[in-house]
Amino acid sequence: MTQQGVRWTADQVLALAPDAPSRKAGSKLGVAGPWSEAGSSGEGMVWGLCKGSGSKPYQTVVDVADAAGPAYKCSCPSRKFPCKHALGLLLLWAGADGSVPDAQTLPDWAEQWAEGRRKRAQTKRETDAAGGAAADPEAARRRAERRAERVTAGASELEQRLADLLRGGLASAEQAGYGMWEETAARMVDAQAPGLAARVRELGSIPASGPGWPVRLLEECALLHLLDSGWLRRDLLPAGLSATVRSRVGLPSSAEGRPTRDRWLVLAQYDQADSRLTTRRTWLYGTEAGHTALLLSYGAAGRAPALSLPVGLALDAELCAYAGDGQLRADLGEQFTAPAPSPVRPKGAGVAEAAARYGDALGRDPWLESWPVTLSRVIPTPDEASGSGSGWQLADADDDLARPHPARPASERLALPITPQAASSPGLWRLAALSGGAPVTVFGECGHRGFTPLTAWPEGPGEAVALC
Amino acid sequence: MNGPSAAGATPTSTTTGDPWEELVTVALLGTDRRTPPGHSTGADAPTALLDAAAVQTVRRRAGLRPAPAAALPARAADDPRPPLPAPARRRLAMLLTDRPGTGGGRRGTAPDLMELLPQWLAGANAKGYAAPPDLLPALLDAARGRTDLRPLALTFAGPRALWLARLNPDWKFALRAAPGGGTALPAPEEGADVQRLWEEGLFAERVALLARVRAHSPDAARDLLATTWAAERAEDRLMFLDSLRSGLGDADEPFLEQALSDRSRNVRATAAELLSALPGSALAARMASRAASCVAVDRTQGAATITVEAPHECDAGMERDGVAAKPPTGRGERSWWLGQLVEAAPLGCWTARFGGRTPEEIVTLPVADDWQRELHAAWCRAAVRQRDAVWSRALLGAPASPDAGGPGAVSLSERAKLLGALPDGERAEWVAGFIATRGLSEAFQLLGVCAQPWAEALGRAVVDALNIARDAGSYPWSFSGVMGLAERCLDPAEASRLEGLTATPDEPEDAAPGAGGYWSEAFQRLVSTLRLRQAMRDELRGAQAR
Repeated sequence: MTQQGVRWTADQVLALAPDAPSRKAGSKLGVAGPWSEAGSSGEGMVWGLCKGSGSKPYQTVVDVADAAGPAYKCSCPSRKFPCKHALGLLLLWAGADGSVPDAQTLPDWAEQWAEGRRKRAQTKRETDAAGGAAADPEAARRRAERRAERVTAGASELEQRLADLLRGGLASAEQAGYGMWEETAARMVDAQAPGLAARVRELGSIPASGPGWPVRLLEECALLHLLDSGWLRRDLLPAGLSATVRSRVGLPSSAEGRPTRDRWLVLAQYDQADSRLTTRRTWLYGTEAGHTALLLSYGAAGRAPALSLPVGLALDAELCAYAGDGQLRADLGEQFTAPAPSPVRPKGAGVAEAAARYGDALGRDPWLESWPVTLSRVIPTPDEASGSGSGWQLADADDDLARPHPARPASERLALPITPQAASSPGLWRLAALSGGAPVTVFGECGHRGFTPLTAWPEGPGEAVALC
Repeated sequence: MNGPSAAGATPTSTTTGDPWEELVTVALLGTDRRTPPGHSTGADAPTALLDAAAVQTVRRRAGLRPAPAAALPARAADDPRPPLPAPARRRLAMLLTDRPGTGGGRRGTAPDLMELLPQWLAGANAKGYAAPPDLLPALLDAARGRTDLRPLALTFAGPRALWLARLNPDWKFALRAAPGGGTALPAPEEGADVQRLWEEGLFAERVALLARVRAHSPDAARDLLATTWAAERAEDRLMFLDSLRSGLGDADEPFLEQALSDRSRNVRATAAELLSALPGSALAARMASRAASCVAVDRTQGAATITVEAPHECDAGMERDGVAAKPPTGRGERSWWLGQLVEAAPLGCWTARFGGRTPEEIVTLPVADDWQRELHAAWCRAAVRQRDAVWSRALLGAPASPDAGGPGAVSLSERAKLLGALPDGERAEWVAGFIATRGLSEAFQLLGVCAQPWAEALGRAVVDALNIARDAGSYPWSFSGVMGLAERCLDPAEASRLEGLTATPDEPEDAAPGAGGYWSEAFQRLVSTLRLRQAMRDELRGAQAR
């Protein structure tokens, strides 16, 4: 495939589907049958006419090259977004069987839409350029002040509740049940501190989480207390840590850092959904500077997050980092090329090094659950001795001669446990199948619960395999 | 180990009475009852406890170390086959995401991808490609749900799938289905290894070994079997004997003849059946003379007529030659014995018996006293067993012959079996002719034995018949079986010819309401399935996408 703008794989297209029924309906339409006059342009436009039940076929067009994620337009009445026709069209295009030929000219109806988008983008650029003046800095400052006061009130209240809890003992928390925490979380939402609210809700689920819960509850209470006190004394903190505390509490932040241009390799992309919101996390690796960055993209219920970057591709783009120590979040800025396959793999480390990096990162942000690491030459290994009996670990393929430890023989192999959640996911079996008992390279998140594998590469040549 | 830290990972300090343990105890009981270590009681106690716990928590997490590794798994055996071309790999991923149960049944215009998976696998196996490792779990899951898919899927999946199956109980079926659970069989030339596995192997391994040696050298396989024959259990003897079916030849006769006096009745019957499939065998000659003594041509009437005198007893000789003495309920003894004699007699003996008549002439002779059904049915079974194309042809008769009685007077399933003895091209032509005169309603079984993709004439006959059925105004789902076969078996090159059928026709007065739309949908689905199969074929061929 030599055309500009690489065709995606079916998986990447299906990742756009807002829900399972759309996925299914889209798959059914991903064949030549119902389509006519389909085509794609070098600029990333894909279009086609899809025969539906009516006499007039639906007009479907997608812009896959937009930096903010693909944009869709379909004349069907569906409120799903993207609709099954857009998914089917992209699948057909991804199939690369000639059903969607390269074409230079768009049909009129598609051209009109493309033209409209170009105009809107132009207008937006102009208003952005002229924008600063419109905002009232004084009003914004007052708003921020008011919000900080409310968060402070919320944090103080939370401190009081934690103190009460510890005074009476955690043993009583088991009986208190979930209601107490729900109410506290609601108070934190009122206090405009969504970060605190989320942590409080988390606390409520711990007493029911099985053996060892008092220890976990104490840990989370202590970290929440640490966050509260951090907020209440934020003026005394160094700037970086203060910014970390602000974002952990849940204050809005924005990418303020200087744009960093690199060739960014897409390491992993996965979604976490609750009833209201789907959060898509995309890990990028700067192939030149070696940095790792995290993009977040959100979709309301019924909509997939807009940003879809296929794993294994790399794009030449600028990234703007968010403020705060140990923060990897960034926003995607200007893109200079469309994503294209890249043979580059991230630089890897051994398991001991991975654990040490998580430890280092905790020093900058104590609330970190995990840290992104690429493990090189590790072997997925069933761990019979694990608590559940169905545990897995990632073991160094080579003896760890470099790091002798007084307590154990120098030649012993080391391993990180795979988190129980990841070990019971279908991705684990893809990882095991890819390895076949041989060393692989694995990118994932290393934390105190264990390692969550997200992407793997075979030992020899071969494409990245998404595990999530 | 204290605490719930990552399984297997060791916190920095593990001695009893460490600060963390004490903090947890105090936290559980509450500062009203216990004093945090090193702190005063009073209003500040909870905060002091939380401060200390925060320090400990971050320290514990930051200090996590990797655990000693468990025993590494053995390496999966190498798969020397070349990898799939990238487009074929993507196609497989797409076929595998279409799970059974997600399909909308036989409605709508989109192809049923799961139905195409067997064809894709057969194509990939024919080209000798290796399966992409990361798709093995999905492939095994698909094969788990569909037993018919397993042989193809496991061949394609290769050794790594067996390696995986040993780790995941969900895929145990792969170990049962694959002989020896993936242990490599010795090459047939490695005599010592072969002999050792034959003597020490598990039953499934031995069956696989025998089949492999038989395919390589029929004589060697028989000799191998003879070395342990007397010591085998009866049901094992039966299975082993059955594997002689492939590559059966005159050289097997002495061994089979000896098996005719086996202790087990089933072994005797199988040996007799195999011998009767060898027209030159002594058993075949014995059966020929028995059968001939029962069937004769009577010229006393005006036209020559076959007369039948069924045997009056089943003697010991007949029983030794595999004739079952006791008929199933509802059948007369004598006709039961006759059927077995005729079935086991070499077909070549009849030409001599009937004065040099050809098989065609023989099957058209009238048969006296209602014996025709019995006699022709026995000849059909003999033709199938002996894979005799000339007799099969004669018994099938002309496909277009309208009389249901036909010269063969045979049922559809017997016809399907007889067709199996004809060469591919002739088979397709016969079925095409049958469909042209008789329509589709009886064709399903016959279509099932035709080679894929269907020959041009056959494909056209099916499409024409579908077209006629549509014009007759019935609903397409009366033909969903044939439609489904057509999706899988029509030559993809026919797709363009079918385009004209995808339009929704005007509905005639007497048509079933809405049938036209459903037919158009069914034909659209047929066309898109053919297109998809063409694409699959090109991708597996490694052809560049257009």
